[in-house]
Amino acid sequence: MNAVFQATIEFLKLYWAPLLCGVAVVAILPLIAGYIVLVERKIMADMQARLGPMRVGPHGLLQPIADAVKLLIKEDIIPDNADKLVFWLAPVLSVGAALLSLAGLAIGPAFQIAQDINIGILFVVGISALGIFGIVLGGWASNSHYSLMGALRSSAQLVSYETAAGMALVSALLFTGTLNIKSIVEAQSKEGIWFVMLAPVAFFTYLVASIAETNRAPFDLPEAESELVAGYMTEFSGFRWSLYFLAEYTNMIVVASVATTLFLGGWLRPFAKVSWLNFLDFAPPVLMIAIAAYCVLRVPKQPTRVQQLFMLAVAGLCFVVALVLAAPVVLPVIKPLLREAVAPFYAGIHGGFWFIFKVSAYIYLFMWLRFTLPRYRFDQLMRLGWHFLIPLSIINVLLVGVASIAGAYFHLQGWGLLLVTTPAAIFALVAAFLILAIEKEHDTRKDQTAASDFYAG
Amino acid sequence: MLDKVLFYFFAGIAVASAALMVTRRNVVHSAIFLITALLATAGIFLQLRAEFLFIVQIILYVGGIMVLFVFVIMLVNLDVALHQIQFARQKWVALFVALALAGQAGVMFWTSGKMPGQGFPVLTAEAAEHLPANSETVAHSLFESYLLPFEIASVLLLVAMIGAVVMAKKRT
Repeated sequence: MNAVFQATIEFLKLYWAPLLCGVAVVAILPLIAGYIVLVERKIMADMQARLGPMRVGPHGLLQPIADAVKLLIKEDIIPDNADKLVFWLAPVLSVGAALLSLAGLAIGPAFQIAQDINIGILFVVGISALGIFGIVLGGWASNSHYSLMGALRSSAQLVSYETAAGMALVSALLFTGTLNIKSIVEAQSKEGIWFVMLAPVAFFTYLVASIAETNRAPFDLPEAESELVAGYMTEFSGFRWSLYFLAEYTNMIVVASVATTLFLGGWLRPFAKVSWLNFLDFAPPVLMIAIAAYCVLRVPKQPTRVQQLFMLAVAGLCFVVALVLAAPVVLPVIKPLLREAVAPFYAGIHGGFWFIFKVSAYIYLFMWLRFTLPRYRFDQLMRLGWHFLIPLSIINVLLVGVASIAGAYFHLQGWGLLLVTTPAAIFALVAAFLILAIEKEHDTRKDQTAASDFYAG
Repeated sequence: MLDKVLFYFFAGIAVASAALMVTRRNVVHSAIFLITALLATAGIFLQLRAEFLFIVQIILYVGGIMVLFVFVIMLVNLDVALHQIQFARQKWVALFVALALAGQAGVMFWTSGKMPGQGFPVLTAEAAEHLPANSETVAHSLFESYLLPFEIASVLLLVAMIGAVVMAKKRT
């Protein structure tokens, strides 16, 4: 026992800071996920020309908290014939995997819980893939046909699309030569170009695969409500159900962060190396001040006193954030001597801002696609994965590999690399169209023979 | 001290869940315990500072193979499997094999304890910055020192894959 005690002390001495950060993330993340849900509902309402949640707080700003309270005090129902232990374990597994994979991500150069692990991006991708067990076991444990169907669909979908996503990651990693997350972003900073320019086809593949992996529309077959009630979470209610939702939204943040880190330059400002665009440093505080001003402008329109006060509070919060963002860029302008002292703060604060900005943009793209595209049929989804995305991503890895070798041979750097990667991307596009043409021919031939086949499709 | 405690923690979990995996009647419970055992083994890899092995163990065995296992289990009719006798006619063979294995392990314990300097490897806790870059080291040894075995293994896997595709293909 003494040994265990000593080991605990040693462990706490070494790792107290990451542990505290981990606890903070676990505490804050449900709130963030709740507000992503609110933003999603608002965007959906906007795209469908209605208002969305408006009742709880000004513009429905307190809706996530009301929802969370509702879910917490709801009755917790476990089906009679359910496997109780697995039923309890499954949502916890999903959330645990999603939260654990957050630990490897770097939000700006300063904020990273697991500092500089050598396997960086592999850790994030590998651990977040474990969340599938929560879905499969939850579907099985509820002892319901709808749940089991949803779970089966989900595992088939995840296994199919993980290959494509992995290949897309490989094509971007060919330019970095490392798996460490910080080094990946530093490689993009050194080249002065984001990898989305060098490997656009890989980015597209990753985008599609990541939507499929997070089980979101148009690939939300596991929870297709028109056919499967709610898929694997049919039998889950109250707090367990909200755990699944937390896992889904955390996974969205994770895939968006991986895409941002690998393809969109991580925490780097757009055109970080172009000096005449340095005025872009002032964009974040100006943006936050604009939001604050808009909130102040809307205050008189609020119907009740409490809502007016809340709106003012939101404006104040935005203003404080603007001040924090403005300090590291305004101080060197006033006192040039401070430039050196302020530099690490500038990197940390603005890095965090740009990272979160890009992640939000990626998540917005997810939502946009969700409300625009109709849901796929399951066989279509499988065909898209196996017959189109996986061959395309393998061809793309080959082409990008050839391009990066050619780039090293001709000593190309930065924007010069485009000379070799653009032809590679064009070849990949040609390959994509060839695959599509072959598929189409296959289809038409099948249709001619399928007239008498009642079980086809 | 921390290393030792972590090792015994993960090793204990691995052994216990391996035993549970064999003895559970319900196939899904067995699968869960197998996953636990594999994760605990990954933990031992990490505690030995083999980060790359740790994540490969998780991605390949837990995230890949076990997902397929569970997928197949879901498709099997579990109620029938539950009522079948699961440990038929293997009792004595299994006992013999297990005793032989235990004897071998015991002999290894015995001899390694006797030889000076060749006992159990003593782990020295090293800070992360002193370690060689793990995945790079693995890559160098795979693609430089052991390139030919690596290629042979890949060809073997490719042959297996093509064989599986040919066998699974519909004969029309």
